[in-house]
Amino acid sequence: MSGRTQDVGGEAPLAPGNGDAFLRIEGVSKNFGAVVAVDDVSLDIARGEFFALLGPSGCGKTTLLRMLAGFETPSGGGILLDGVDLAALPPYRRPVNMMFQSYALFPHMTVAGNVAFGLRQDRVPRAEIAARVAEALALVELSPLARRKPHQLSGGQRQRVALARSLVKRPKLLLLDEPLAALDKKLREQTQFELMEIQQRVGITFVIVTHDQDEAMTVADRIAVMEEGRIAQVDTPAAIYEAPRSRYVAEFIGDVNIFEGRAQAVNGGDLAVALAEAPCGLAAPARADGPAAGDTVLLAVRPEKIEIASAPPPPGTVNAIAGQVTEIAYLGSTSTYRVRLDSGRMVVSTQTNRLRHGGEAIGRGARVHLSWPVEASILLRA
Amino acid sequence: MRRGLSGVNLAALTLGFAFLYIPILLLIIYSFNESKLVTVWAGFSTKWYAAMVENELLLDAAWMTLKVAFVSSTVALVLGTLAGLALARLGRFPGRTLFSGMVYAPLVMPEVITGLAMLLLFVALSWARGYWTVTVAHITFSMAYVAVVVQSRLLTMDRSLEEAAMDLGAPPVRTFFAVTLPVISPALIAGWLLAFTLSLDDLVIASFTSGPGSTTLPMKIYSQVRLGVTPEINAVSTVLVGIVATGVIAASLINKRAMVVREREAQQAV
Repeated sequence: MSGRTQDVGGEAPLAPGNGDAFLRIEGVSKNFGAVVAVDDVSLDIARGEFFALLGPSGCGKTTLLRMLAGFETPSGGGILLDGVDLAALPPYRRPVNMMFQSYALFPHMTVAGNVAFGLRQDRVPRAEIAARVAEALALVELSPLARRKPHQLSGGQRQRVALARSLVKRPKLLLLDEPLAALDKKLREQTQFELMEIQQRVGITFVIVTHDQDEAMTVADRIAVMEEGRIAQVDTPAAIYEAPRSRYVAEFIGDVNIFEGRAQAVNGGDLAVALAEAPCGLAAPARADGPAAGDTVLLAVRPEKIEIASAPPPPGTVNAIAGQVTEIAYLGSTSTYRVRLDSGRMVVSTQTNRLRHGGEAIGRGARVHLSWPVEASILLRA
Repeated sequence: MRRGLSGVNLAALTLGFAFLYIPILLLIIYSFNESKLVTVWAGFSTKWYAAMVENELLLDAAWMTLKVAFVSSTVALVLGTLAGLALARLGRFPGRTLFSGMVYAPLVMPEVITGLAMLLLFVALSWARGYWTVTVAHITFSMAYVAVVVQSRLLTMDRSLEEAAMDLGAPPVRTFFAVTLPVISPALIAGWLLAFTLSLDDLVIASFTSGPGSTTLPMKIYSQVRLGVTPEINAVSTVLVGIVATGVIAASLINKRAMVVREREAQQAV
């Protein structure tokens, strides 16, 4: 491999099948009648990991989570937690707790009563219950509201009660079903960081289900992207973004420009793709498990990797194309340029606005030259 | 807001309420009539209420009615809750459509037929008709109402509450008593009050299923009216109307308050 190969494309911290998984999901499937919600999913999750199941609604991520909690029985496959088969255990015997999307706070109990509920089921002595409830409420900074009823709390406070209630039993595994979906954007972003901090402090393995890619990227150590009941890719957030393995993953996480073509081998281990608009062609680093020369491939480039300039690059530059700016979306920290190539194809480029707005050289309708380094290209199978 | 009381709306409202309540209003007014003649107003008096309290037969019938209503509504609450649970929670079990149709049937069944069927049953079993037969017959028809109320509440209840309880270590039975029952308790109280007032009201089914010594108040009133309406009957009827109205209003208030709380919670969750 050339020295240009992306280091983020390497193996994730825990590869499936290395034997020391804390939570092992083996070939799990779930059918509802003729509908296959989860299709032969295998995952290994390490102790203390913050793991995200990411996908659009209906991809089976919530069904998978509910099988971990015990609310759904797998149609096939097995689930092992810390070496114990969960299949035979009903929800109330599993060392697993869940934080529900609706929070599911008991409306007839106080905040403290809600948090104490799980401990009371285990017949924990009264004094210990009081101490652990106080500790859990302190963890989520809700101690002053212990005597309130859920309907007297704001959305953010209810979310914290739900978190405290699911943590107080010190489960081996905490499941979070879209835990932040009901919060507004600002509060959600703030809560994401609090969630990470709490996870590190308690050291419990977290599995979060979300459809929000930013949330998954922010909180998780590793992400499993799901597509129609199957796992499309499991990797660190950086690897998912920088080295997606399929068009689905590349397009689901962030924005991407995709060019189709036939791969040809060139010097240095790169693969080239001929494109009418690019005088010197497009090139990308080859991957051991990626497409080979002769395959029909997709060449993907993230918008922020594409440089936009008024002056043409030196002759002979690969990954260089020219076009006309049709739209500029100013987003504050960045601006997104939509560029129409001579063939009519649209390419998107995002530039950081380092200078104050208003003085940029490139306006709508300007003729521009786009270019990007070889290592910014990703080759995908068509 | 102007749209509440335009002339047409006001007229419609008045007409509707007049149609509904003038007969009852007349009955109440004449219960305070000095005269023994029902149709002639001779000044205000509460003497018929005093006469009513003196009337042993009337008081016995009232006591019997309350006993029947209390026991039948309580048993109907338990049975109706179980039926409502089965309908709301068992999903699509074989025969569900038939079962739900059969639970709802007593709501639309002519009372005469229910009464006759109960009578035939008790005769076939050779049960002596009396307090227990009236009570059982009342349980039969009022549990259907409880089942409807409980089922509709369970269908709107957030299932994740029960899942959360189980997730936190409560087995199904404890989940039911610790979470489900408290959450649906307003519906249970409303269902009980409904069953209680239905039993209090009933004349037809009680006529078929009661025996000597178990005459209920509506039966007593009916039989006395056949001999001529006395202001004493008006007084009893007024008291009965008061009890039933209180029960129905309480039931609807409890339901409404629970709904407001639920809506407020739903809004906050968003």
